[in-house]
Formats: sequence, structure tokens, C-alpha cells
Amino acid sequence: MLAKKTLARKGTPDGRAEDRRDALGISGLSLAVGTGERAIPLLADVTVRVGRGETVGLVGESGSGKSLTARAALGMLPRGARATGGVTVADVDVLAAGRRQLRDLRRTRASMIFQDPRASINPVRRIGDYLTEGLRARGVPARAAAERARDLLDQVGIRDPKGAMRRFPHEFSGGMLQRVVIAGALSTEPELLLADEPTTALDVTTQAEVVGLLKDMQRVHGTGMLFVTHDLDLAAAICDRVYVMYAGRIVEEAASASLFAAPAHPYTRALLEASPSVHGEKAEIKAITGRPRALAESPSGCSFRDRCPLAGDECAGTVPAHRPHGTSLVACVRPEQVTP
Amino acid sequence: MNAGDLVDTGGSVNAGGSVNAPVLSVTSLVKKFGHFTAVDDVSFELMPGASLGIVGESGSGKTTTARILAGLEQPTSGTVALDGEVIEGHSRRARLRHARRLQMIFQDPYSSFDPRQTIARSIAEPLRLHAPGSRKEHQARVDELLDQVGLSRRAGESLPRDLSGGQRQRAAIARALGIAPRVLVLDEAVAALDVSIQAQILTLLDQLRRDTGISYVFVSHDLAVVRYITDTSIVMRHGRIVERGETEQILRGPQHPYTRLLLDSIPSPDWDLDRVVQDRRALDLR
Repeated sequence: MLAKKTLARKGTPDGRAEDRRDALGISGLSLAVGTGERAIPLLADVTVRVGRGETVGLVGESGSGKSLTARAALGMLPRGARATGGVTVADVDVLAAGRRQLRDLRRTRASMIFQDPRASINPVRRIGDYLTEGLRARGVPARAAAERARDLLDQVGIRDPKGAMRRFPHEFSGGMLQRVVIAGALSTEPELLLADEPTTALDVTTQAEVVGLLKDMQRVHGTGMLFVTHDLDLAAAICDRVYVMYAGRIVEEAASASLFAAPAHPYTRALLEASPSVHGEKAEIKAITGRPRALAESPSGCSFRDRCPLAGDECAGTVPAHRPHGTSLVACVRPEQVTP
Repeated sequence: MNAGDLVDTGGSVNAGGSVNAPVLSVTSLVKKFGHFTAVDDVSFELMPGASLGIVGESGSGKTTTARILAGLEQPTSGTVALDGEVIEGHSRRARLRHARRLQMIFQDPYSSFDPRQTIARSIAEPLRLHAPGSRKEHQARVDELLDQVGLSRRAGESLPRDLSGGQRQRAAIARALGIAPRVLVLDEAVAALDVSIQAQILTLLDQLRRDTGISYVFVSHDLAVVRYITDTSIVMRHGRIVERGETEQILRGPQHPYTRLLLDSIPSPDWDLDRVVQDRRALDLR
């Protein structure tokens, strides 16, 4: 694998490239705010794995809990939230970690990029300061940090990296600033990159460039990436595996190629049928009735059953367990009716 | 592109006979902000019952064009004609006349509603302005409109903040349809909605056009959505029209390198990012 080779050649400071553990392991994660009767559940039994160098998509509509899941990986939980289950990044137990350990984790092992680069970068500080901050905190000398930052800017396609170091965020367009943020996120050679809708605010042509850049950088650095998006086509295009979320639960997991050719969950299929496409013959789109729900307002049993055309009595009793169907792992009692 | 191409585009949607006259014709529209030219020599026609897409990225001038159509911006030069009548002046009377025939829907339906008024009251407002009648008549029309866009009467009694994005967009459509305009200008009207809700609004718009014979100008960056909702399209870049024609034909055989770049930039399972880079280079060489 190219990723491994590159890593071995470059060598990581503490020989982290040697072991083969996952970049991210979330298992049976449940999240709720409030206590007792008034507890509001946010996530239920979420299991997500990202291997080293792997790109994994987390797809869902608003309220599905995809951003919450990504944030939980860095120990960023909503105020007053209680979490059960396990979250491991590299070998750090995130849920049990103290503030100091979390800070170290975010500084060195895992980075996150968000939808709006302007919201995640301090507008009154220069790009150079932003990029060297993480490196300096790790104890890299100022001069070496600046050199590394210029290298990174060059890698992400910023013209005149030296000049860019002295400029302020407002002097960059959205696409260019997102490149700077990506450079910053990768400056510490993280094992895990959490990308929460990183291209949603960008123009289509810029999106293509930024995604290309992300994939290249990921390949070179061997980073595992969790890519959170509402865009099914985008997930299909860049991810190795995709998790589909609905109402705070994972409803389907599959290799992205087969997910789109043969969806196993009625929700996945409904999403695909609701999306207009520029490819192939012009097809009718089918709207899904109702609206996407959060976990707290979803019906008992299968959360999707009030919008599902296939729902029957057996869907109401218990939450369907994940079962294999085709190449998918799906939480539906009758996946054979979705794609035979 | 010159004005001669216009006839071609319009011709394909002509039903012939008396409906042969365009409901909207835009001629050599230019809008300058200081030294910056946002819209540069834009011309197109829209036939009754037809749907035209304006495709472009940020900075293409597509929203400025839409705002000029709605009378929210004054063009530096060029004309907009509705039913053959050139829009002139912006007196209260002229604006009312204009709004009577052309309504606009925005991306964010939250900022286009008065947060203190119930949805039903907001929907009734254009009726009070344009269609004289008793309160009772207006109320009946509002109920009819709510029903037409699939909103319950309870939703009508709610404040905008109590509705979801999709419901608010339905309400915005109901409000615009109330006075039976000839043209609806939709500026990224489904861009902020979830996929499942977006599909609901798109099918609703499709249904409404078939039922009422209203015409759409559909401004969007999303080619897949434009393919679904329009017959013909123009592609804009840096304020100019770079390609025009039937939407389906543009998508199958894009002529301009920019259109090709736009198409290749859309993610798909066999997405080729190298081709995007090549397209970009071809475009820069021009």
C-alpha cells in the first residue's frame, strides 16, 4: 500500500506506523442529555470503525446524529451529556480521558475540519500563526515550524506560501481558506482526520479540488478519515465504506460501491430515489413522506417505520438488530424486500 | 453568444398559436457595481408554462440576474419585459404591477417571513395588497393555498419559528402563488433542504407548474436539481452566459469548457478528479 510505504519512508517520530490498530473505534456509543424521566436520547448504539488510511463516510440528514458522532470521537460532547459505550482514537480511551489527555489527543493524534473555515480560524491572527500553533505546542522550534507550515501551504496549493503566512483569513476566498485549514489539520501528522461537511459551503468546482486535495494528503500521510456528509454521491465517490445514519442510529453499513448499487435499508433506498442525478437517463424522483427525525422524537421499534413504505407490525416492537444482507450490515427486518 | 440564439431556445417550448409570445423577455441586461460588472449582456426568453434554469457558481451573476427580474435591483442597462411590457420606473404603482405578475422565492425561507406573524397571515398579505376582497374571502383562499402546498391548517396558525425548513419553503411557495403570478423566480430554493424534503418541494413545484401553467426561472448551482425542474437552461460565468440550450442537451453534450468543468466536478462513483484538473486547465487556456 502506498500509504504504508510513504509513512515508512518518512518515519513517524515515535514509530506509530508500526502497529495496525484502527484510527477510530466507536462501539455501542449511546448519548443522552438530562436525567431520569426527562432524559433526551441523542445517539443509540452507534458503532463506527475507521481503519488506518481508510476513508469512511457517515451519511445522514439533519438530526441523524452524524456530527455528534464525529465530535464524540474527539470527546466533544454536548453540555451535560452522558455517554455509554466505547470511543477509542489510536489507543486513547476518549470517554475516560481527562482534559489534559484530550488536549494532547486533539493536538497530535486527531484533527477536525468543519464546514465553514471562517468559523474555525481566528480572524485577527495571521495564517502563519494559525499553522505553527499546533507545531509549537508540540515543542517544534519556531523556525522549523515556520518552514513546515510553508511546506504544507505549498502542498495544499497555495501560491506564494511565504507571503500567505503573513496574510489574514479575510484575504482568502472560502476555498483557499479551507485549504489552509486542511494544511493546519494535517500539520501534526494526525492518525485520524474528522471532516464534518468540509466542502458543503464551497462551489462544485472548488469542492472537487478540495476533495482531490484531501484524498491526496490522506494518501501521503496515511491518515484515516471520517467524512461526514449529507451528500450521498460525494460519499460514494470518495469513501471506501459508508455508514448511513437515521435518527441517532446506524441503519446500514456497506462498501460504498455496493451501497449505491444495492441498498439494503429502506431509508438508504429512499434517499437514493429522492436524489435527482445528472448521470444516466433522466428519472423521476420519489419524495419520502414526513421529515427526518431526531432520536428523541422517533417512534418505538424501527425509527424509520413511520416513513417507510415497507413497514409492518413487526417493525414496531423492538429496534431491529444489525444483520448481514448482501455486502451490507443492515438494521431492517426485511432487507430482502428492499433489494432482492 | 448573441441575441440571435434566443429564438432557438424559446422555440423548443413554443406550443404554437397564441401562446407564442414569451411571458418574460430579458434583453442585454447589464449590472455594474462601481467598476465591477456583475451581469454582462444577459438575454433570454421564457415562454408561458416553461421552466428555465440559470446555472452558475458564486460570482457568476445568477442571483443578481434573479434580483433584477424581481425588481430588487435596477439594471445599469438593458430591459426586462413581462408579457411584452417593459418594466420601467420603481414607483409604488409600478412595483405593485410588477409583483402582481412575478414573484420570487429565496433560499432561506426563515428570513423572508415576519417572525411575529402567523404563516397564514403572511400568506394573506399579498392577497390584501393585490386582490381586493373581504377577510373571509382571503381566509378561504389562504386555506386553499395551504392545502395546495401540503400544509395543515394548524401549520398555518404557527409562527415561522415553529415550522421546519421544508414547511417554511412550502409556505413561501403558497404566499407567492396566492395572487396567481405568471412567473416564479426561485433563487436556490431547495439548496438548504435535506434530500428527502428537497424531493418533496421539487415534486410539488413540478405538480404546480403542470396544474397552473406558471413559468419558472430556477436559479441554482445544482445541475441535478436543474435537470429535474427545467426544460431549458443558461450557464453563467463571470456575469456572462457561456452556454444555453435544452437542459438535457447541455448535460449530454456540453459545448463550453466551463460547462464541462461543472459537469465533471459533480461527484459520482466513477469520479475522475484528474479530469477536473484537465478541464480547469483547458478553461484557463481560453
